Amino acid sequence: MQIIIVGCGKVGRHLAMQLAQEGHSVTVIDTNGTVLKKVTEIYDVMGVTGNGTSIGTLKDAGLADTDLLIAVTQSDEVNILCCVMARSGNKCRTIARVRDPIYLTEQSFFLKELGISMVINPERAVAREMAALLRLPSAVEIDTFNKGRIEMLSFRVPDNSPLIGKKLRELPASISSSVLFCVAERENEVIIPDGDFITQKGDLISVITPPTTGRDFFRRIGLTVGEVRDVMIVGGGEIGYYLTKRLLKDGIKVKIVEKDRERCEELCDLVPEATILYGDGADMNLLREEHLDRMDAFVAVTNMDEENIILSLFAKDKVFSKVITKISHSELGEVIRNMDLDSVVNPMEICAETILTYARAMNNSMGSDIEALYLLREGRVEAMEFIAGEKFAGNGIPLQQLKLKKNLLIAGITRNGNFFIPRGADAINAGDSVIIVSVHKGFETLDDILER
Amino acid sequence: MNFRMIGYVLALVLKVEGFLMALPLLVALLYRENRAAIVYLICLAVCLVVGFIGTARKPKNITFYQKDGFITVSLAWVVLSLVGAIPFVMTGEIPRYIDAVFETVSGFTTTGASILSNVEALSHASLFWRSFSHWIGGMGVLVFILMLIPVRDGSHMFLMKAESPGPDVSKFVPKLKSTAVLLYKLYIVITVAEMVALLIARMPVFDTLCLTFGTAGTGGFAVLNSGIATYTAAQQWIITIFMIAFGVNFTFYYYLLCRNFRAALKMEEVRVYLLIVLASIAVIAVNISGIFATTAETVRQAAFQVGSIITTTGYSTTDFNLWPSLSKMILVVLMFLGPCAGSTGGGIKISRVIIIWKSARRELKNVAHPRTISKVKMDGHSLNEETVRSVQVYLCMYVILFFISVLIVSANGFSFETNVTAVAATFNNIGPGLDMAGPAANYLAFNPLSKIVLIIDMLAGRLEILPIILMFMPSTWKKRD
Repeated sequence: MQIIIVGCGKVGRHLAMQLAQEGHSVTVIDTNGTVLKKVTEIYDVMGVTGNGTSIGTLKDAGLADTDLLIAVTQSDEVNILCCVMARSGNKCRTIARVRDPIYLTEQSFFLKELGISMVINPERAVAREMAALLRLPSAVEIDTFNKGRIEMLSFRVPDNSPLIGKKLRELPASISSSVLFCVAERENEVIIPDGDFITQKGDLISVITPPTTGRDFFRRIGLTVGEVRDVMIVGGGEIGYYLTKRLLKDGIKVKIVEKDRERCEELCDLVPEATILYGDGADMNLLREEHLDRMDAFVAVTNMDEENIILSLFAKDKVFSKVITKISHSELGEVIRNMDLDSVVNPMEICAETILTYARAMNNSMGSDIEALYLLREGRVEAMEFIAGEKFAGNGIPLQQLKLKKNLLIAGITRNGNFFIPRGADAINAGDSVIIVSVHKGFETLDDILER
Repeated sequence: MNFRMIGYVLALVLKVEGFLMALPLLVALLYRENRAAIVYLICLAVCLVVGFIGTARKPKNITFYQKDGFITVSLAWVVLSLVGAIPFVMTGEIPRYIDAVFETVSGFTTTGASILSNVEALSHASLFWRSFSHWIGGMGVLVFILMLIPVRDGSHMFLMKAESPGPDVSKFVPKLKSTAVLLYKLYIVITVAEMVALLIARMPVFDTLCLTFGTAGTGGFAVLNSGIATYTAAQQWIITIFMIAFGVNFTFYYYLLCRNFRAALKMEEVRVYLLIVLASIAVIAVNISGIFATTAETVRQAAFQVGSIITTTGYSTTDFNLWPSLSKMILVVLMFLGPCAGSTGGGIKISRVIIIWKSARRELKNVAHPRTISKVKMDGHSLNEETVRSVQVYLCMYVILFFISVLIVSANGFSFETNVTAVAATFNNIGPGLDMAGPAANYLAFNPLSKIVLIIDMLAGRLEILPIILMFMPSTWKKRD
């Protein structure tokens, strides 16, 4: 596919890399030539210097043959205008990043009246993920499938867990009946475990489960499942705002620390139930004074990754159950993995996942649509949800007779709204929602799981 | 540095060279040249075996940095030339290896400077191989290889950057691989067009092939001792036109292909290039009137020599060493200018000259109005200051390298004209210079040291200096750097 990305910031760069690696022809537009040059030197993409809202620049970037335009500049308005301009020159699909809460209620207008194909709001998606983590604080990461009806929970195996030293197939039914072990990471090695996998302390494991049983499962394997009632958020930006809104709805008390006076006053109007503190989050005295040690959870969502990391490390042994760190630079991945941070949430990755899902769905014509895509473990494993189409070659054939690719797992099937973990005798039917976990990359249709 | 990946690419180069040697082998079989056939078969087999062993296992880490890319390109060209020279020695046609390497480097770098005094004594296979090396070297081996290897990230762009001439190498389309394919498609189409034209003009098939390869790569090896002089006027005109066409930036043809005529016409570099060509032809034609019998011949001779020199091809239809001073001087200036960036020719390149000219004008303006801020523009776009600076640095290195080379070559004791134009003709990938290095003479008489210097000059000229200098810097090879 021919794809234009307008805006070469963190998200734009990340998308350029991912999309180019998936084999698309990517052209990046930015007003800053220096930034552009850097990107074209690292990734196999073409750069065009100019303003993405100008039809001339878009034409230079090959708008006529473009299938998809993604606008991810800093400004919401520029992004919207880019999409509108692109639509006027070529009836291609367009995706705009729109972050300002005032546009939140106007999404359907963008889609219907302006013809934008998708509006993404990474900040809001991040807040949703953070809220999920605060509901189940022992999880390191939570990804949802099938509109939240299935969850993929990642956790570290604690000391004294009944899992340790046992093969997966020998686990008692009380633990293993409702979950499926999908991914295990040990010392930076990622594998898809089979029945002979022996769990060890400190492994990072992901399981698939319906949300109702997740809490119960965690209790059985020895993880604490304390409820979060008080949360301190440092950084009153968009993420802080969206998260506060969600938490307040769940009846959780929120304190926001924000260092911009004006923003504090805005927040007072936006979320009057929250406690707004005017001050620098990096001021340890302020945090102590506001009883950080009596909080259940601490969330660092300032604009600075470094500040978020340091604050999280400071808060880690003070708060009761959960620390969440927002990090936007994917380049920091290696450093962070070796740090003892609790949960790390990356808005860029969430944004990239959404757009990649869309691009893959657009690219496939086989009829088994990809519904969701999660890049796990820094993109080394992909978890996907497909709706099996009529033409899927494996329809009705028991899974044990299918020739599946190696290192791939059919982790769950939802049929008529009922989720079950498939066994060898089960078969995929047309219309099923199927969850696939795989170390292979770039699956676009369900047929990609079959060996050819 | 990623030595495994460099080794892998070098093995790939050998593999490609092995396959390419199948063509001279075919020629040898056609002309029943048994000895040449055996030699090319052996070389082909060895190249393929080494190449296949070297590429049997793909390196895990395929990341390249700029330095790795530049070094790979330099080494690839060195390997290509050292191996490509072997058949000449084995057939006994060029007994000394250094001469054979000179001849092969001259072929691959599209220089066309020869050490042979009697070209016609060569077997058809070797003549073909010599000319075919022009065609390969014209567009570049690494660009060819980019079509073969998987390109996952932009780091491979450094390979193309190091090999494609010009100050600011850019892709036609977002994917590097598609760009490489497009470049070769354009290259092949124009090459075939010339072949068809020459065949229609009744040139013998073998000469057509060899001369077309020489024109396309802007090389300059001929198959007759007389060069191009004995071909008919029509054939000479066809070669002239195609020489000038291969000196045009390929982006121009890409625009034509996309029917983007406005962008094609807007290309400042192409316009300046054509203007210089026409102006030079006019001045020289006036200057040499009287030497030739008719006006038509005068114009043809002027056009052929100008086209041949500015595109750095180096074919000749006459010994321009005997022309008046003004005409000779114009040709020497054209030697340095070279054709457009992004073409197959050597030299400084018109776009660099334009940038230097404009930045010099800007400096002058700055003296008069110290507070002005202005940008150097090209095709209506402002140029990056970095690009302007890199062009200036390029020119400096060019001059330094040039003078060092002239110094070393002058130890031969030849005339001033010979030394300067020999270096100019090799450094700019042209071929014939003036006097002892003129179109009627050859490079056999130079001492081995001079030949090595000229070989390095040819490589430096083709790869635009930086990669070659980088290869000779000790710090490049230090493990900890």
